[in-house]
Amino acid sequence: MNPTARALEATFGNAIGRARDMRDGWTSVVVRADRLTDVMTWLRDTPEHRYDYLVDVTAVEYRDRERPLEVVYQLRSLERKANLRVKVELDPRGELAVDSVTPLWAGADWLEREVYDMFGIVFAGHPDLRRILMWETYAEGYPLRKDFPLRGRFSRAEQVRQALNTNPEANYSMEELSIAESYDELPADMRERLRRGERGNVRESQ
Amino acid sequence: MKHVIETKEVAGSPNYHLTSWKKLVDWAVNQSRANSLWPMPFGTACCAIEFMATAASRYDIARFGMERQAFSPRQADVLICAGRLPFKLAPVIRRIYDQMPQPKWVISMGACASSGGIFDNYAMVQGIDTIVPVDVYVPGCPPRPEGLLYGILLLHKKIKGESLFDAVRRRDEQLLDEHGLRLPPAEIDEVSEPFGNSVHQFRSA
Repeated sequence: MNPTARALEATFGNAIGRARDMRDGWTSVVVRADRLTDVMTWLRDTPEHRYDYLVDVTAVEYRDRERPLEVVYQLRSLERKANLRVKVELDPRGELAVDSVTPLWAGADWLEREVYDMFGIVFAGHPDLRRILMWETYAEGYPLRKDFPLRGRFSRAEQVRQALNTNPEANYSMEELSIAESYDELPADMRERLRRGERGNVRESQ
Repeated sequence: MKHVIETKEVAGSPNYHLTSWKKLVDWAVNQSRANSLWPMPFGTACCAIEFMATAASRYDIARFGMERQAFSPRQADVLICAGRLPFKLAPVIRRIYDQMPQPKWVISMGACASSGGIFDNYAMVQGIDTIVPVDVYVPGCPPRPEGLLYGILLLHKKIKGESLFDAVRRRDEQLLDEHGLRLPPAEIDEVSEPFGNSVHQFRSA
């Protein structure tokens, strides 16, 4: 058992659920969703633990509908060469929301966007939470959820029609293109589109 | 394989073509077009690796007039879609195709570009012929360089059979119909049925 797991239980008490040694050698700790930011800040900043590297953020939905949906954080301490897996369990029938860890690890930005894109989990406090793999006007839902049909919800013809109606340039924001300095050299129409922040018909609910 | 590639009387002696000046013009124009195609490689997957092998010295598509790879659609004749096409790239390949000057041709290289291949899922276009018109389909996963070269030779044959004097323009820009498709769904199904995936035969549905 990773000593950090016992230290977590001693510090946070009932905010820490079951902790288990997994067969891959990692220790997995379940954390209550409302205490996630506290636990993660403690893990990152406590001198004897110092998990300074967020390896991955992902999510798991199990075929068993009774099992909760899990958001998984893989942490590594570069100086201690130690690994820890932190999980947050979310009820799939309730609101799928958890606090963002992007303020703690900037690298979580795109990872959380991917989890949002594929599972529909909302990360509260994320600076730029929008789809990253699918285009932003994608209206069929969240592809890695178990209730999502393999071929999508719409017919092939409708999928082609919607895809052709998207504007490829609208997939990029000003920041991603790093064009703030060369903005004046762009064609006028592209400049106008970027200024308006056009992204096609984004639905109101997103 | 050889007898399939051979053209009939089109590439015959100039004496034959002197009987018709139109045929002579067609012969000259088509020879020029067919033997100096500039490909625009649109490589998205493993087929692009095989395309690189085809372009490299061992197979060398420069032998067939494709010395210059045009990485700008505005200087290209042939769009070679090598690899699977996700829906996110559908407007991109459509715009690339629209930017190419006339006359232009499209080779769909590999199973994924032709039919979606094994990727019969929510993210993948089931055949690029629902987005752009395709002249030659090259089967294979990925096709060997010989397969792509055979496809290019078939395209040569097709180009040499074209005429400048047809009443209709060779390739009108086709607007999308109310289904959002380049072809009506029934026509797509008819064209594509042999390519269809085993569990999902009709690509338009």
